[in-house]
Amino acid sequence: MHRRNFVKATAVTVALAVAGFISAPALAADTIKVGILHSLSGTMAISETALKETALMTIAEINAKGGVMGKQLEAVVVDPASNWPLFAEKSRQLLTQDKVAVVFGCWTSVSRKSVNPVFKELNGLLFYPVQYEGEELEKNVFYTGAAPNQQAIPAVEYLMSKDGGSAKRFVLLGTDYVYPRTTNKILRAFLKSKGVADADIMEDYTPFGHSDYQTIIAKIKKFASEGKKTAVISTINGDSNVPFYKELGNAGLKATDVPVVAFSVGEEELRGVDTKPLVGHLAAWNYFQSVKNPTNDAFIKMYRDWAKKQKLPNADTAVTNDPMEATYVGIHMWKQAVEKAKSTDVDKVIAAMGGQTFKAPSGFEIKMDEKNHHLHKPVLIGEVKADGQFNVVWKTKGPIKAAPWSPYIPGNDKKKGEPEGK
Amino acid sequence: MAERLRLRRVPFRLGTARRRNCGVSRRATSADFSRPEMKTMRHLFITLFCWLSFSAHAAVDPALLAQLAAEESDDKIAAIQAIAASADPAALQILQSLSAGTLTAPDGGEIMLNNRIRAELANALAGLRLVDADPAVRRAAAQELQSNVGLEMAPLLARALEKESDAEIHALLTAAYAQASLTSPDPAVRLAAVTALGASPSRSARNLLLPLTTASGEPDKGVRSAASQSLKAVEAKLAIGETLGRIFTGLSLGSILLLAALGLAITYGVMGVINMAHGELLMVGAYATYAVQGLFRTYLPGWVDAYVIAAIPVAFFAAAAVGILLERTVIRHLYGRPLETLLATWGLSLILIQAARVIFGAQNVELANPSWMSGGVTLMAGLVLPWNRIAIIGFSLFVLALVWLLMNRTRLGMFVRAVTQNRPMAGCVGVPTARIDTLAFGLGAGIAGLGGVALSQIANVGPDMGQGYIVDSFMVVVLGGVGQLAGAVWAALGLGVVTKFLEGWSGAVIAKIAVLVFIIVFIQKRPQGLFALKGRFVES
Repeated sequence: MHRRNFVKATAVTVALAVAGFISAPALAADTIKVGILHSLSGTMAISETALKETALMTIAEINAKGGVMGKQLEAVVVDPASNWPLFAEKSRQLLTQDKVAVVFGCWTSVSRKSVNPVFKELNGLLFYPVQYEGEELEKNVFYTGAAPNQQAIPAVEYLMSKDGGSAKRFVLLGTDYVYPRTTNKILRAFLKSKGVADADIMEDYTPFGHSDYQTIIAKIKKFASEGKKTAVISTINGDSNVPFYKELGNAGLKATDVPVVAFSVGEEELRGVDTKPLVGHLAAWNYFQSVKNPTNDAFIKMYRDWAKKQKLPNADTAVTNDPMEATYVGIHMWKQAVEKAKSTDVDKVIAAMGGQTFKAPSGFEIKMDEKNHHLHKPVLIGEVKADGQFNVVWKTKGPIKAAPWSPYIPGNDKKKGEPEGK
Repeated sequence: MAERLRLRRVPFRLGTARRRNCGVSRRATSADFSRPEMKTMRHLFITLFCWLSFSAHAAVDPALLAQLAAEESDDKIAAIQAIAASADPAALQILQSLSAGTLTAPDGGEIMLNNRIRAELANALAGLRLVDADPAVRRAAAQELQSNVGLEMAPLLARALEKESDAEIHALLTAAYAQASLTSPDPAVRLAAVTALGASPSRSARNLLLPLTTASGEPDKGVRSAASQSLKAVEAKLAIGETLGRIFTGLSLGSILLLAALGLAITYGVMGVINMAHGELLMVGAYATYAVQGLFRTYLPGWVDAYVIAAIPVAFFAAAAVGILLERTVIRHLYGRPLETLLATWGLSLILIQAARVIFGAQNVELANPSWMSGGVTLMAGLVLPWNRIAIIGFSLFVLALVWLLMNRTRLGMFVRAVTQNRPMAGCVGVPTARIDTLAFGLGAGIAGLGGVALSQIANVGPDMGQGYIVDSFMVVVLGGVGQLAGAVWAALGLGVVTKFLEGWSGAVIAKIAVLVFIIVFIQKRPQGLFALKGRFVES
């Protein structure tokens, strides 16, 4: 490299760095910074982009009503790009450089596992809005999605019931990472406790971003013709769901013959799919857009208006889903806790979170458990309708308490229902 | 007068036997109506409401209609079966509107259906359609009745069988009748059913026969042995279907690999440019398809199903233009320097990915399959071929023929071959070598764009979609033998079929590893690939 070029490059770099350094604190005078850590590119962008939008919308809503303790919230959005180590890097950046008070983010469990040590080390605060496999209780994390007993177990119980089709054989199909593997471990133990033999369970995994589901559908068809009613439990995550459901529809596997219940597919993921051949396939969540109540109507309207205002792609068909609701509830609960604690200090907010309640779009007054950092949530099971929405066919009477340590995994009965070191 | 009579009859039935008939709104209101007279009034009111809302279908018992909105699935199913059994002309219309979701409950709410009810409803509807005058309707109905058929359908099927004259429908009905009578208490009927099922191979037949081969599933010994025999016949036929299906999925994967690799077979195979941006040229083709879809949706909504066809030339020229641009600006300065080409094209691929992010957004874009590419065709028992896969296999043959014609039957193709085989000599006889390089690279890029059209129909379209295909494409070209097209064809189809057979046997992840190991070993033993070029060449 020529010396002149080197000098020039150095000068530019220094100038840029100085500019960045000066502009950052100048803005932060009287705001509270909150981090948003969702993949905006890569295989998970299909699911996580909507969560970023929901978080920004909720922050705008709170700011319009006067902010938190009189201070406006300032969102710091980063893109970890469906790259798990990058999640850890970005969360370190949020906590140390941007000095955010709280982070809302992550979808896949592998990304959460990747940031957990960072939040622990730097004593940060993370709100995780997606249903997951449990088996974890971190002091620095609040889980606003469902634990297995709030989603997976009731869904399988429904499949085994008369209305669910009295399924006797199960295909456990997932993307190859920690959430599907752990969930399927729990489900296998649960099915065994219900008298389902190992020969009646088929487990299969595909890599992230897999797009050729021909073989798997053929395998499912074969497995389903072996004498007993079969159901598929799908923990496929990300954009693989689009080719999976396309193939399912094209191969003529109807819900009345082999129902597929999904734990990571909601209204948002089905937007890119022709849902007419998929009518009757199921999803288990704690919220559906089709739930009818005034809080939800207001929530849906707020998001649609937001999508139009932000000119999001396909804004006229914008939908809401469960993790979006969980994000919305999480941000509001954090606000309430900060106001109760009269501080954004992480330890004080954690202490104030337990017992917070919020009127959620799911139609229930839901509560953050006093001890275990999880929400008490209602469980809903919905069938896909021709328009891509869900028809609720089963629900619990009210919110149920989360059991992050599943009783179906040996040794969990000795674990405490609250985080260590609290 | 008749209407008033019915009105009087119904409250009585509602008040006694079918108390939860108008169920949906009942729980909410029951507290308000606690006194007996209020109860009677409530029944009267609800009945009136039920009757009014269903008055269009006055011929069917309104109590049954009201029962369709019951809270329990069992009650709904009983009502559906009773309505179907009434053989009333209005029954078909009612059940149709129930299935379409246009029938409303007495209180105006939606009638909720779940899978179990939907299956019953589909069977009831099919049963009613079996007496239709149109054979096509009857055939569709008989096809519908190939699974989930219960004993209660048996008399209806027997009646339809007697009347049926069309041989194909008759065979379908025989299978359906056999399924329905499997649970009959009479062993002779069951024996006949089990034997009949052996002649109609299907997955549902296998599913039904399997439990009957055990003592717990079937008490009668004669029926049991007949069931095992039928099962063997069914399984033999299903196995053929499965094998054919596996070969088809292999060919389908092979055709996709071929489409992805064909462009590279020209740029890398023939021209020798290590083009790491090849995957991004596929992406350009896919996004061109997306853009065409958008134009059709806005300007030609009636022709939206034809957008894929229109996208073919658009994608070809879009990708070719990008390819020519890359060649003129970067690659032509690097001919003969493979390492620099590799790095430069890799950089170009990153630039193209970021450009797509800026223009179209980081998220995947949604491409709808045209309706003629949705669904599949059932060739035989256990063998459904999806239309989009068939279309892609056909398309890959078309592209292959196009490339072959271009390379072997046109002046441009001849020049390309001449330049790649002996550049100085081609130059000496007046071939404009620099321009031929540009055009050949543009051709390769255009073919990659065509591959992008096909990929857009089965995979996700996003900025980094190309990354997933670059390895596969190089694999195909290297395995097939650098320098010619026939090798790429055989390598693509071979890899497709082998991958699919391995996947069926060991799962997607292991299959991928096994294929990569195989290629490494193969290239060690035979570096020139499957087909080596013969003849005199000027080695660079």
